[in-house]
Amino acid sequence: MVKVKTSVVSLIVGFLFALGLGLSGMTQPAKVVGFLDLFGNWDPSLMFVMIGAIGVHAVTYWMTRHRTSPLLAEKWHVPTKRDLTPALMIGALMFGVGWGLAGYCPGPAVTSLASFEARPAIFVVSMLVGMFLFRMLDKKLQLNR
Amino acid sequence: MPMDWIYALVGGVLIGVSVSIMLIWNGRVTGISGIINGALANLEGDRSWRFAFIGGLVLGGLTLNLINPSFFAGGLNSPDWTVVVAGLLVGFGTIMGSGCTSGHGVCGISRFSTRSLMATVTFMLAGILAVYLFRTMGVLSW
Repeated sequence: MVKVKTSVVSLIVGFLFALGLGLSGMTQPAKVVGFLDLFGNWDPSLMFVMIGAIGVHAVTYWMTRHRTSPLLAEKWHVPTKRDLTPALMIGALMFGVGWGLAGYCPGPAVTSLASFEARPAIFVVSMLVGMFLFRMLDKKLQLNR
Repeated sequence: MPMDWIYALVGGVLIGVSVSIMLIWNGRVTGISGIINGALANLEGDRSWRFAFIGGLVLGGLTLNLINPSFFAGGLNSPDWTVVVAGLLVGFGTIMGSGCTSGHGVCGISRFSTRSLMATVTFMLAGILAVYLFRTMGVLSW
């Protein structure tokens, strides 16, 4: 039963998250690229997505932090790792380059599959391949991420 | 345009609410790259919540498309190969770097995580630099 509830919550979260992405303009690659085009015709509006999201979540996170467990699980699954690793920085760098090149990060890309256009689908398939390639590499290297 | 800022803020608040629901009920970070990777790689026993989340994203997308297809306007004019390269980089990079815009940028920064702050600053700067370089080279146009 808990499993079902957890999945229902996840479905609702995904649904609301996608609406937020669409409303904010994150599903429009030209808008995202315009936001990153600091040295050109910069469109700063997407900064407010971060401000809105962090504004809400910082409050709810610090309000729930003292609780011993979430409502539907026995323990928290929040990351606790603290060290700054080369993998963290190199990975973030690669992600940033890809984000700028296509104007999609993972969430908006998956949401945009619903537009039935080719580009989001090409992007998502390539992204899944990229994830697979990293997992293969990591099996050999066992990177400290 | 001022309206864009308001939509961005409202959308951001909605994202903040959704990741808060994930945290309060499921005790999890809404890191989309991690959720997708875990759904594929079968890292933990139960993957159903991951597929449910991805289903929710697509359902939300279908709703947006029904309300107004222009939510998905703004396609780039760059050649198709750039989308393939970008997808590969985003997939590889987000798993190597343990997160993307949602996991690091929203959830991590809200926790004041140094790792997430550093990752976010890095991918933002990389994105800015990439757009500048690719636009100057004529690879990227919109």
